[in-house]
Amino acid sequence: MTSTAVSHKPVRWGRVAVHLGCLAALLVMLYPLAWLLATSLKPADEVIASLDLLPSHLEWSNYSTAMEGVNDVSVWRLLTNSLLIAGGAVLGNVISCSLAAYAFARLRFRLRGPLFAFMIATIMLPHHAVLIPQYIIFNQLGLVNTYWPLILPKFLATEAFFVFLIVQFMRGLPRELEEAARIDGCGPFRSFFQVVLPLTRPALITTAIFTFIWTWNDFFTQLIYLFDPDKFTLTLALRSFVDASSTSAFGPMFAMSVIALLPIVLFFLAFQRFLVEGMASSGVKG
Amino acid sequence: MTTTAIPTETQHVPATAPKRRPKREREGAAWVFLSPWVLGAIVLTLLPMAVSLYLSFTDYDLFNPPKWVGLRNYVQMFTEDPRYWRSVVTTVTYVVIAVPLQLALALVVALALKGMKHGKAFYRSAFYAPSLLGASMSIALVWRAVFNDGGTVDNLLGTGGWVNKPGWSLLAVALLTVWQFGAPMVIFLAGLQQIPAELYEAAAVDGAGKWRQFLSVTVPMLSPVLFFNLVLQTIQAFQVFTPAFAVSAGKGGPADSTLVYTMYLYDRGFVASHMGYASAMAWVLLLVIGVVTAVLFRTSRSWVFYASEGDR
Repeated sequence: MTSTAVSHKPVRWGRVAVHLGCLAALLVMLYPLAWLLATSLKPADEVIASLDLLPSHLEWSNYSTAMEGVNDVSVWRLLTNSLLIAGGAVLGNVISCSLAAYAFARLRFRLRGPLFAFMIATIMLPHHAVLIPQYIIFNQLGLVNTYWPLILPKFLATEAFFVFLIVQFMRGLPRELEEAARIDGCGPFRSFFQVVLPLTRPALITTAIFTFIWTWNDFFTQLIYLFDPDKFTLTLALRSFVDASSTSAFGPMFAMSVIALLPIVLFFLAFQRFLVEGMASSGVKG
Repeated sequence: MTTTAIPTETQHVPATAPKRRPKREREGAAWVFLSPWVLGAIVLTLLPMAVSLYLSFTDYDLFNPPKWVGLRNYVQMFTEDPRYWRSVVTTVTYVVIAVPLQLALALVVALALKGMKHGKAFYRSAFYAPSLLGASMSIALVWRAVFNDGGTVDNLLGTGGWVNKPGWSLLAVALLTVWQFGAPMVIFLAGLQQIPAELYEAAAVDGAGKWRQFLSVTVPMLSPVLFFNLVLQTIQAFQVFTPAFAVSAGKGGPADSTLVYTMYLYDRGFVASHMGYASAMAWVLLLVIGVVTAVLFRTSRSWVFYASEGDR
């Protein structure tokens, strides 16, 4: 699709320059990732001493050491924990945010205007303003050092950004289908589940992916709520790697970093369309 | 906002139709849909805000009941705690460095990609990737190593590791934020693509060169998106935590040079168990973010151009 159209035109040097600039920027941008991958495969004595990006030979034992985990907790356990939290968060956000979004986008109720404004305002609310009392509440309930404080809030639509995202999407759907359904006797519930929800799938997928990645990367909340090493996530385990580390543990530490990053990279490669479009639509009204 | 749904319904459905639902029942349905959100808003947002406001006037260590101390926490914060002010200065410095750099880079790259015929989707995805990866602990650890003594930056520039130099460590943290310019870039690009081509054609007919077109068409048409990015990134930057934590190995050092506001809040509340003091800090952060956002909105009237205003 590229070559034939271009061949007869004179070379556009401006365009070439833009491409070269972008490629150069890309190299700089990707350097930290290349560094991470290379270091995860370096023998211990080359991590600091050697200036070469590439290892002299591939030290796969870094990965087998990393798989043993930290604090006698294997990587499989850490991975399971991370997945459990991220999975719960995804489920919670998709359910609760789509329910709230439908009410805001399509139903009429008293105080809709003020409540919608409040919902938007909470997008900008700094997490830290509510963090300590939330912690105290969960502490009173005896839920600190469990996954509940990390998952339960997602079932209560606390991430208003996603409510907003889904509202925006639902507003763009044609009303005719719902009206037809209503004439056929569908109440708001059947109309939601059988007509609106299937059409909202792209926004739900975007919500699910962003929730997964953000929860997977989250550090602060996990740091506060989880104490037991066998409840740790990959993120928390990496952090305790830093505390314990001598430089000889560098290779395994970055091998584990690669493992922790892998799900995000895979998600990104599989769903980049949704992610980029989802991000684009958050700032620009369609 | 469209409000046509109800009248059309009453027109289509005969008054005698049994299917027509009473208004009250429909209103009830709305509250069923809203119930998780309402519960969350009350129990996990409003109540905690009220509680933390109360706690900010108390001495509270999580174990003994809170003791009322009036304005003591605030007085101590503003007049007796040099580390507090240090963290304020650090955070503001970080915001002022990271946000403009990130947005400028995002805008430049978006402009470069806008007119591109081939490879636009590829570059857009590739430049966006760091926005997803950058918040992770893995990348923060890479940052610490790359900017450490003997790391890549030290080797290239011979400056020594930035991570251990008080004047430079915060710049390393800020560059991690700048590295994640992809998210605002994607939003800029979407905004640029919505500017009607006719505007550029009309400007060209009037004899405007590329630069003039940029100033007179692109800038005003893009200003709402620029404003959105500015507000969002500023709010986020004030709350930076993970990169500063990881780059300084959890200590905010050297010499408190990366002790950003949220790290000091964490230190006071969860390490030193001064929950009252930390609540006061949280409320000041909330107010500052509120004021900054309000100021941005206010100044926006003079430089943000909403195309739809002409239609009103």
